Amino acid sequence: MTEIRGRVLFDGEAEGPFLRLRAPISFWGGVDPESGTIADPRHPDHGAEITGRILAVPETVGSSSSSAIMLELLRNGSAPAALILGRVDAILVLGVVVGRELSYKTVPVVEVASEATAAFRNGELV
Amino acid sequence: MTLTSDEQSVLDGADGPAAAVCMRVVVEMAGFLGAPRLIEISSAHIDGCLYHGDGGVEFAQRLVEDGARVAVPTTLNVGALDLLNPSRVNADPHSYQMARRQMAAYETMGCAPTWTCAPYQAGHRPGLGEHVAWGESNAVAFANSVLGARTNRYGDFMDICCAVVARAPYVGLHTDVERLATVVVDTSTVPERLKGADVFFPVLGSWLGRTLGARIAVIDGLPPSTGEDQLKALGAAAATTGAVGLFHVAGITPEARTVEAALGDRQPEDVIRLTPEAVRAARDELSTVAGESIDAVALGSPHFSLEEFTQLEELLPDRRFEVPFYVCTGRGVLEQLDAQGRTGPLIDAGVEIIVDTCVVVTPILPSTGGTLMTNSGKFALYSPSNIGYDVVYGSLEDCVASALTGRVERDESVWG
Repeated sequence: MTEIRGRVLFDGEAEGPFLRLRAPISFWGGVDPESGTIADPRHPDHGAEITGRILAVPETVGSSSSSAIMLELLRNGSAPAALILGRVDAILVLGVVVGRELSYKTVPVVEVASEATAAFRNGELV
Repeated sequence: MTLTSDEQSVLDGADGPAAAVCMRVVVEMAGFLGAPRLIEISSAHIDGCLYHGDGGVEFAQRLVEDGARVAVPTTLNVGALDLLNPSRVNADPHSYQMARRQMAAYETMGCAPTWTCAPYQAGHRPGLGEHVAWGESNAVAFANSVLGARTNRYGDFMDICCAVVARAPYVGLHTDVERLATVVVDTSTVPERLKGADVFFPVLGSWLGRTLGARIAVIDGLPPSTGEDQLKALGAAAATTGAVGLFHVAGITPEARTVEAALGDRQPEDVIRLTPEAVRAARDELSTVAGESIDAVALGSPHFSLEEFTQLEELLPDRRFEVPFYVCTGRGVLEQLDAQGRTGPLIDAGVEIIVDTCVVVTPILPSTGGTLMTNSGKFALYSPSNIGYDVVYGSLEDCVASALTGRVERDESVWG
């Protein structure tokens, strides 16, 4: 069993296929909150499903509405099973904070240096 | 993290349940970001009033029901509706109702109904060194870079929470040291004529965001003529492709009297030369098709300023456009156009003026899809995913010329 260390922002247990995004992403404009797929045709993972995945996001760029998309993913039940953030900012994890305030089901969120997630392969159950 | 006794009492519910929720969110985010304390803010700009789904409406209405009021002057970013011309937006009835409720909730909390992503051109201009909490990526970049005010990139909902408790986490771009540039961008090999052209700035911004991520650059070698609308376009594109909340332009922006000043007299971690080849590649990335014909033109992301309307008016021909021609702006700018008798001639030429919202955040363009031409880096970057349109990027002059024929007309000479 592989173990990686990071900072826990939202604790919990989750299991699902691993998906590491190959490029930074703006959830607004980059993720469809209804289908839970990568919607930006310029993104290398365009079309990939994030629902139920252990999703490693190296960096979030772009829109400050990405927190709102994260909230809608939680509300719609189309969220990743867990988020592994390369770097925490005041946007993506905020969507989970607000989701908890609204009593939505939240997901575990950890901050882990991007290199550390290289131990996992895409699709691997973690 | 240390809270003052006032902050602790708000957290404990002394100012009511809404303020307690907002303080809880601010304090929790401050912890995640590693802030040692909170800092008082003097204004806020809210991006959370745009409808993305019912969750955002539920949060806003919950705050209203719990008695939330903003404690600092607060402006509102675009919503999903053109409130002055409701039929412009082709939203389904549920989305329309929810978007309206969401916008109303923020007004009820005491926010000014400015409905613009360029609040800095609608009278909301915090001064150098002033701490604020702004949302909307372009507004954040402008406030930090051009005005020298201090805000982090705050996501939707953090903005209203900060506004209600008049506090933000004291971390990141609020602190002196985190505002210093660590990267120098050398533009000396880019032709001067191109660097003086409006069409260069979204391209520079798009390249900057992709190249830097979240690092802070000082851009060296831009001409002294570089103006506010050019910096607005630069920041908007950089904040779309990157996590750029602040950039410096040597000799132009307030914290970059010189390159050395922007670096805080430290050695840069990196010096990146922007080559003419990289400029052309970044320009080409803004288009998704070479495009022979276009189906629409859209301008105004960020919202068109009065000065940009003047530029457009100077190019207006005496015949109508062949394709729909949308210009998105704030209602404050439209009021000035109206007062100056300028709206009629624009409409006569075929310009559709959209206020309170814009064409990539809500359904305004025909749902048939097609090719959109724009001079906005942000429209170029978001249109394919948000509204399913292919994009051709060009200058304002290119957009006007193309709208007259319905075919792509681009002046290639400026690119050298």
